[in-house]
Amino acid sequence: MADRSQYPSPGPDGTLDIDLSSGKYLKLWQGPNHPGITGNMAVELTVCGDEVVEGKTHVGYLHRGFEKLMERRTFIQCFPIVCRICVPEPDFNEYCYAAAVEELAGLEVPEKAKWIRALILEMGRINSYLMYLGGQAGAFGQGVIGQWTTYARDLMLDRFEELTGARIYHMFILPGGVRDDLPEGFQERMEDTLQEIESTLSDVYDTMFRNAVFKKRAVGLGYVDPAVIDRYGVTGPVARGAGIAKDVRKDQPYLVYDQLDFEPVTANESDVYARADVRRRDLLMSVDLIRQILARMPRKGEVMATLPNVLHWKIPRGETYVRGECSRGEYGYYLVTDGSGYPRRVNVRGPSYTHAMALLEKLIVNVNISDVAGLMVSLHTYPPEIER
Amino acid sequence: MSVRDLLSPFTAWKHLFREPVSIKDPLDREASERYRGFHKNDIEKCIGCGTCEAICQNGAIDMLPVEGVDTIKTQPGDSGLRPRIDYGRCCWCALCVDVCMTGSLTMSNEYKWVESDPDKFRFTPGVDKKHWDDYKDGYHRPDGHRLNAPERIEMPELEPRERIDSFIEIVGGYSLEQAKLEADRCVTCGICVATCPTHMPIPDYIAAVRDGDYERGLKLLYESNPFSQVCGKVCTRKCESTCAASHEGDPIAIRWLKRHITEQVPYEKYRDIIGEPLPPTGKKIAIIGAGPAGMTAAFDLARKGHTVTVYEAQSHAGGMTRYGIPEYRLPYETIQRDIDLILSMGVGIHYNTRVGHDISMEKLQAENDAVVLTIGLSLGRSTRIPGSDHENVFKAVDLLRRITEGEDIQAPENLVVIGGGNVAMDIARSMARLQQQQYGEINVTLTALEDKAHFLADPVEIKESIEEEINILDSRGPQECVIDDQNNLIGLRTWKVLSIFDDQGRFAPSYDQDDEQLHPGAWVVEAIGQMSDVSLLGEELTEKLEWNRGRIQVDDAGHTSEPWLWAAGDCVKGPDVVSAVATGHKVAASIEAAFAQRETGA
Repeated sequence: MADRSQYPSPGPDGTLDIDLSSGKYLKLWQGPNHPGITGNMAVELTVCGDEVVEGKTHVGYLHRGFEKLMERRTFIQCFPIVCRICVPEPDFNEYCYAAAVEELAGLEVPEKAKWIRALILEMGRINSYLMYLGGQAGAFGQGVIGQWTTYARDLMLDRFEELTGARIYHMFILPGGVRDDLPEGFQERMEDTLQEIESTLSDVYDTMFRNAVFKKRAVGLGYVDPAVIDRYGVTGPVARGAGIAKDVRKDQPYLVYDQLDFEPVTANESDVYARADVRRRDLLMSVDLIRQILARMPRKGEVMATLPNVLHWKIPRGETYVRGECSRGEYGYYLVTDGSGYPRRVNVRGPSYTHAMALLEKLIVNVNISDVAGLMVSLHTYPPEIER
Repeated sequence: MSVRDLLSPFTAWKHLFREPVSIKDPLDREASERYRGFHKNDIEKCIGCGTCEAICQNGAIDMLPVEGVDTIKTQPGDSGLRPRIDYGRCCWCALCVDVCMTGSLTMSNEYKWVESDPDKFRFTPGVDKKHWDDYKDGYHRPDGHRLNAPERIEMPELEPRERIDSFIEIVGGYSLEQAKLEADRCVTCGICVATCPTHMPIPDYIAAVRDGDYERGLKLLYESNPFSQVCGKVCTRKCESTCAASHEGDPIAIRWLKRHITEQVPYEKYRDIIGEPLPPTGKKIAIIGAGPAGMTAAFDLARKGHTVTVYEAQSHAGGMTRYGIPEYRLPYETIQRDIDLILSMGVGIHYNTRVGHDISMEKLQAENDAVVLTIGLSLGRSTRIPGSDHENVFKAVDLLRRITEGEDIQAPENLVVIGGGNVAMDIARSMARLQQQQYGEINVTLTALEDKAHFLADPVEIKESIEEEINILDSRGPQECVIDDQNNLIGLRTWKVLSIFDDQGRFAPSYDQDDEQLHPGAWVVEAIGQMSDVSLLGEELTEKLEWNRGRIQVDDAGHTSEPWLWAAGDCVKGPDVVSAVATGHKVAASIEAAFAQRETGA
């Protein structure tokens, strides 16, 4: 344990009085290019010894101005853009944008399209969690987990490819429905993939979760006080890891989630280990949800509503907020239309914004430098959705 | 923490005994059937409408002329342009494939392409040959997945039973809602504009319907066509035949949308929307014939401030639109509204004045700065088969004129029409109405040289004729109007047509003489074409003018070989209303240019 007397004490307004010239402190940048950073963001650390006294997040390295770009594009032209706001789990952008447009334009989505949308969102969730598990283990030096989960994710990308025609940016959920029906024999191939993922996950459980090293480092790290969950706008596995069963799929069911059987996964310890375990179990729940969806979805039916001519599609004045539960928490689109052929304002609410910008700065204090990467990954941050 | 937590990770060792999961040679990995890979374009199918360019949010597509492919050129229904795609910008969203109006643009499932020159990645699919051009797999627009409605909004029409015993107008006109939906289907490619003889700004006025701004729409109509109300009902709509939407669906109902605009603006407002003519110039122009060509030229020239006088042999203006087209297709009131509008621009008109009879050509030449000949095709052609000089063998144009003039025609109980064009349909359907009124039943046979697939008449006319119980017989060549001993016409004898044209493409029908039929009819009506009545020109002028196969030879602008004389309308091109309007515009512009030249020359 570091010598606490060395630590600066907060002033009357809560800010720390750090005198860099005292020689007790050192500025250290973690990121923007650092293997332990979650994408293109940086944390400006002030360390005392090997512990963090203060951490400030810096973003902007990935800013592409999506929200502004959309204001100069027609409603259909925004559709290929939105998926790029989040690389590892792009489908939530497609879904939320489409759902917001449909609501304001008064479009009724065919029943089967809703099932396919839910299927795609769960497939995306699995991919996102697999990527997370690799990152979380990697942050604590376990490179092999990442190799396994990358393989499992690749199998799911194959399923994405045959269903949507693309591996990463699927561009499949568009206002009015989805592009196409499931391909022939999809269910069987999906079952093979799900079994492979379950097998991988069982290996991951043995090597990562029942591992003294991982436990030693992850248990107790990055404790999130349940009392601050609502104050910081924390959602998703971070909240569920703190024992708060928040899940938009359950709390405000969208698509077909009210017809599926599941319970939000929770844990009480609220540390890095608990959050990782919540995600692992949530992943297994997604596997089960995909099986439920494929078994229960209607066999026949349209997958696309009749659109007006998209080249001059005007949507009446209105505004709406559409949300869903992505792998990181609540994902939402706030869409304002003004009766013209272009969205007046699109605001993307990604969970990474609250988790990485606000919560991380709170959690990072007193953390050992070597645990910073593991802590950041445990918040499951995807910087592009911070800087949309 | 337990001993288990120390031992459990060692289970990872079992992976030593697994086969590697990575693909040995990833370059051979084939993408899925739906994969959105590199673009393919069937350039023969593509019409260069540019809808792909319009929807591309990256601006990755440019429409460019294609060099080196003979079949691709600017022609009716084809802009001659083809999409060039910049893979530095493309995001493979495939909206271009989804929106493609002909289905020519697709994607292969190829995703590997190595090139040392970065400019190579800007290419024209289908023109720049690629190895994936013949790949079968790849993204194609799924069945039923459309980004625009393929089906036309049905036009409300009278049922055959409701319409057959009168000359009441058949077509009802779109409601506001129907028109908006139909206008919404247009992709504003503008291929129709190039096809329209008078190049009406079609996408612009359709946009006005979408916006509900009918006054803007009306202004656009009358800038290019003073017969907009007439064309809104009877235009031959060449535009619709080239409409991009017609390739995978119904063409946009351009004619009905034009009609809709003219119906939505109160007639009293027309004059103000079109605007005042320019101040008088003192130039005088005489126009012979008050049909669409003559009146269009009159409209244009009067708006330029010239003094225009029209000479019309009949008692009303409108030419063939009035005397040729039956009232159930085009009510006389509609024609009169367009005519009155043109006259309100200060155009003078003399009815019942036949040039060459009531006033001489020389006098017109002497008193005017220019003379325009728009005499149309008022004489019906004859088959000249035996018996065609019988008193009960009529020309369709003559009968139609008599019907328009309100003459009380006693229809025969049965009759035969020769011809497969619109005029043939018009007279057959008009006579059917008279028969229905007089006898309560219809007995009209129509025989045409062409087979049904090659009828010259508008398909809608044919469909409606069949609905009205006209007996349409195709591939029948007329041989004789059969007359019995008491000199009564008893019908038409025909042979089966084997072919209409010879090897050189000349008109030389051949028949199967064994397949002979007699179609009973107390009348035979010939509707096989019309010609101009050029007797008004006089011998001297006829000698001086240049001729082209019976029609007066004119240059592109309608100027004859005589410097003071122009000609337009059916007598030089056509026959149809919108071509007449187009040539009317051209003549007016040519006269303007000639006046300007004379002034600078003087």
